[in-house]
Amino acid sequence: MKVSIEVNGRTVTDEVPDRTLLVHFLRETAGLTATNIGCDTTSCGACTVLLDGESVKSCTVLAAQADGHAVTTVEGLSGADGDLHPVQRAFREQHGLQCGFCTPGMIMASVSLLADNPRPTRDDVRAGLEGNLCRCTGYHNIVSAVIDASGQEVDR
Amino acid sequence: MSIVGTRVVRQEDRNLITAGGTYVDDLRPEALSGAAHAVFVRSPIAHARIGGIDVSAAKEAPGVLGVFTAADLGLAPHPAGPLPEPWLADGLVRYVGEPVALVVTEERYQLADAAELVDVDYEPLQAVVTVDAALAGETLLFPEHGSNVVQVHGAAEFDDAIFDGCEVVVTQTVLNQRVAPAPLEVRGAACAWGEDGRLTAWLSTQNAQMARGQLAASLGVGEESVRVIAPDVGGGFGAKIGADPEATVLGWAAKQLGRAVRWVESRSENLTAMTHGRAQQNTVTIGGKRDGTVLAYRLDVIQDAGAYPRLLMLPTLTELMAVGVYRFPRVETRSRAVVTTTTPIGAYRGAGRPEATAAVERAMDRFAAEIGLDPAEVRRVNFIRPEQFPYQSPTGASYDTGEYAAALDKVLDTAGYAELRAEQQRRREAGDPVELGLGIAAYVEITGGDGAGESGRVDIHPDGSVVAWTGSSPHGQGLGTSLAMLLADRLGVPLDKITVRHGDTDEVPNAVGTFGSRSLQLGGSAIRQAADEVIAQARELAAELLEAAPDDLELDAGRGVWQVRGAPASTVLSWAEVAGRAAGGKLSADVWFGDGKPTFPFGAHLAVVEVDTETGKVELRRIVAVDDAGPIVNPLTFRGQRHGGLGQGAAQALLEVVTYDEDGNPTTATLADYSFVTAAELPDFELVDMVTPTDRNLLGVKGIGEAATIGSTPAVHNAVIDALSARGVKHLDMPTTPIRVWAALEEAGKGSAQ
Amino acid sequence: MIPAEFRYERASTVDEALALLATHGDEAKVLAGGHSLLPLMKLRLAAPEYLVDIGPLGELRYVRLDGGDVVVGALSRYSDLARDPVLREHAPLLAHVSGEVGDRQVRHRGTIGGSLVHADAAADLPAAVLASDAVLVARGPAGERRIPAAEFFLGPFTTPLAADELLTEVRFPAQTGLGWGFEKFTRRAIDWAMVGVAAVGGRVGLVNMGGVPLRATATEEALAAGRSIEDAAALAAEGTNPPDEPHATAEYRRHLARVLTRRALTQAASRT
Repeated sequence: MKVSIEVNGRTVTDEVPDRTLLVHFLRETAGLTATNIGCDTTSCGACTVLLDGESVKSCTVLAAQADGHAVTTVEGLSGADGDLHPVQRAFREQHGLQCGFCTPGMIMASVSLLADNPRPTRDDVRAGLEGNLCRCTGYHNIVSAVIDASGQEVDR
Repeated sequence: MSIVGTRVVRQEDRNLITAGGTYVDDLRPEALSGAAHAVFVRSPIAHARIGGIDVSAAKEAPGVLGVFTAADLGLAPHPAGPLPEPWLADGLVRYVGEPVALVVTEERYQLADAAELVDVDYEPLQAVVTVDAALAGETLLFPEHGSNVVQVHGAAEFDDAIFDGCEVVVTQTVLNQRVAPAPLEVRGAACAWGEDGRLTAWLSTQNAQMARGQLAASLGVGEESVRVIAPDVGGGFGAKIGADPEATVLGWAAKQLGRAVRWVESRSENLTAMTHGRAQQNTVTIGGKRDGTVLAYRLDVIQDAGAYPRLLMLPTLTELMAVGVYRFPRVETRSRAVVTTTTPIGAYRGAGRPEATAAVERAMDRFAAEIGLDPAEVRRVNFIRPEQFPYQSPTGASYDTGEYAAALDKVLDTAGYAELRAEQQRRREAGDPVELGLGIAAYVEITGGDGAGESGRVDIHPDGSVVAWTGSSPHGQGLGTSLAMLLADRLGVPLDKITVRHGDTDEVPNAVGTFGSRSLQLGGSAIRQAADEVIAQARELAAELLEAAPDDLELDAGRGVWQVRGAPASTVLSWAEVAGRAAGGKLSADVWFGDGKPTFPFGAHLAVVEVDTETGKVELRRIVAVDDAGPIVNPLTFRGQRHGGLGQGAAQALLEVVTYDEDGNPTTATLADYSFVTAAELPDFELVDMVTPTDRNLLGVKGIGEAATIGSTPAVHNAVIDALSARGVKHLDMPTTPIRVWAALEEAGKGSAQ
Repeated sequence: MIPAEFRYERASTVDEALALLATHGDEAKVLAGGHSLLPLMKLRLAAPEYLVDIGPLGELRYVRLDGGDVVVGALSRYSDLARDPVLREHAPLLAHVSGEVGDRQVRHRGTIGGSLVHADAAADLPAAVLASDAVLVARGPAGERRIPAAEFFLGPFTTPLAADELLTEVRFPAQTGLGWGFEKFTRRAIDWAMVGVAAVGGRVGLVNMGGVPLRATATEEALAAGRSIEDAAALAAEGTNPPDEPHATAEYRRHLARVLTRRALTQAASRT
């Protein structure tokens, strides 16, 4: 079927099989490979993107369901001048990433979390990121990054 | 001030946070344009004879380019000997997940449709799921080998006389359960043969050069005919060392089809077919005096090797590190490795050392409980003392440096141990159903233990830029930034003019790669050695240019200029000026650092848990850690490695376990079923710094990649049991899941009444 | 992992959805948020010929008061419900439970209707709906019918809805002034409940204590008879037949049901 999705402000239209998952549409059709696939069961969150501004796991959304909607991936976060989004900046500053594989999804989940809760506590962040798995960081610095991005002091 | 030791954000990050990394599935080079896709058909049965494989329907499915089975391959099995592992199952399958056929299609979405049509006739055999069943030997995985025992090491017979004179002797079997490494990026590979007859293999690996050797040998071509590239790698944790068998099959298929082929496994495949870790059943016996002095220790290891023994050094490494941080006068160890109809076991963050620590730290707690002394006190009595280093352990390890008692004291002081014990007592007296538990682990481990050395190359160009190549293969550790910092410090060149490259065998022909926490101590020393050779070359050149004796020249590493010692600033030369005069157009040194000896990082952890005795639920509240790995190059990434280790180690104690049913079917084959730890289950980590250098490499550093994993597992494990100790629980196997805690309380007969 | 092939059809009105369902019958599945169905299809545990996507039906995404009832459109998402001021005031148990399902991403997509129709005994919403004495509203070719929650969960993944019927609305008697409590026991925060208990106004719903979502009838009767929370909670596992699995045996689940029921009822008592 023909699917047309506004991805990072650019409309991407293509004829794709009905069963195409949004994550594959983003990776193969739109050519944006930052969004990763880490599991088969909607568990890991590596594929998290914003759909109409809300975080979703793009492995569990059909491209057809996003037809006519707007998607933001990590490639769409930084400004045209290359300025980092505050969440991107904080992940770097706080060493909130190691291998980087969970990172695009983790960043998008964090952006969504902060949109709902602009000044979260560390426990809020832990609960809010429960759907995003990271094998490298033990999550400590990811939590610090989200706190930092919210403009709060990181004290550990 | 030197940049070394300061907090430097990673050079690696910018791309990862703006465009995502370039992992195997993201690669879009010309050689892979139009690459076909591949999937392995895997055994759904633990142990079976293959009666036949019908691929005819699959071959007719849309987009299918080829369907291959063992009969097609014609590759010699590996390794030679009585325990070969076929590339694709050949007549028998020995675990659920074993590759049986390869399906190659034009489009990714055609793979699963075609794979479903491969019809394999399995004639089930008895599964061998436990080490006890393997030892019983009623069903053999390799009948021609005559036994399921594939390796025996250590004491031929145990001698009970070692416990003579002991006032107290305690024996405990400690299960170190099977866990899944589960890097966020699953395994993947892409293979393309060039018109020159050369294979390029992009591989999610920790060791491109080792993989090159494996692929060349298995495919029957010379090493010069294989180029392996490790692109960005989404975590490895030991499970991506070298090349897995699937890469060989993929390389073979790419040649057969005359097409580039890419394979990226699913998570379900990853959880059943990537090697698992740990999987030891250890029995400890500890004896000593009531004053806390341990006189004798015995460790009996049974390693479940899985269906194919891929890494039999794991149990012997456990034996090597058996005594941990303690000076036990009498010690004996033994290990046996057995095959079972389960996923093969390989390295996983710590690989043999966590098992040793988990065993001895449980033993110390059991001993302390038996004699009624505080576990911290019993450890203090038995620590190897600072003046005993270098310490020759009774199992053959030569420990370099250590301050074991100081590490424990720092942790206990930081945590407020006495106050925590008082709080525990208060709760008990008040009859609080939520118990507090304190768990201590003191550990030492061995890093860079392979003794193989590492390569390093440094080029300085006439524009003043520095390019370094390391044989290490970082995949998240931030080693590139650390090496750049070492170079900036040594050469006086700013970080932004330094590039560190790795992972392409055409660029770095000789290397070992990353495992066993070896990279900074060996790869870093190699880079230091190469930098020093470049400095020596530059000294000669600068001496000519400045018409001075080489010995009179000095490198001002603060400014990155050469000058004549004691002469005014007008006579300085920049790196660019010196490099511009070098023969060959650049300064270059390509070295092999082969002198590195193993080092022995150590530390102490305290875990604080709350256990709800009504439900059995454990909450990890605090973990306070000293992890001493010598001088710190970049505290940011150093702490990051510790955080990651703490998280993974705690996860093993609390949650994670790979399980099979009695027929050998995996019951944790998805991330919905495998309890991968999340942010919500972990506390903030409390890190305490301590620095004890080693003299065994150029940098004085020890490895930090695995250390915190090793300490945290027994600390958390001991904490859970400590919480339950007043209710009569003496031991409980990991993971300390709610049902296990509840069952242990029921068994002890003192669970609080509902 | 990708689903087997299917034909995707999108409905833009309820009538259009009903017409598509009437055409395709058993070969079609309704796609709402897709967070129960798509995971099964990706693992190829479900392979419908047709998917009828009702996601765009904004007419089924609402929360409003209707007389004494709070009515919720079947396509309301968990995240809608968790923060809805009307629901938080008049049916706070539902709002709270909706905020406990899955993770944030799942709550942005999953719908109350999708969860109820999937009828998974391990899901949180069905037990909360049972405890709330809700009424489910379905539309089909013959028009609309109302099904009490107590008659909706017929067996594992089985409801009285016909293949050509669509759940459109859930009606909750307002819970104003009634105490409520919810206890969800998991290993990890993101896990499905090993056992869960939803309590409101003397009614108790149990998660994962059998093949279908259940009411703890013996407990409810004991409470009605004026017995203490302790005594009533001790009866929570009466008549249940919970799943028996290595990580959560039937015996352990019965124990948990008793502990969690006591805690949920204690919470409820503290909120009246």
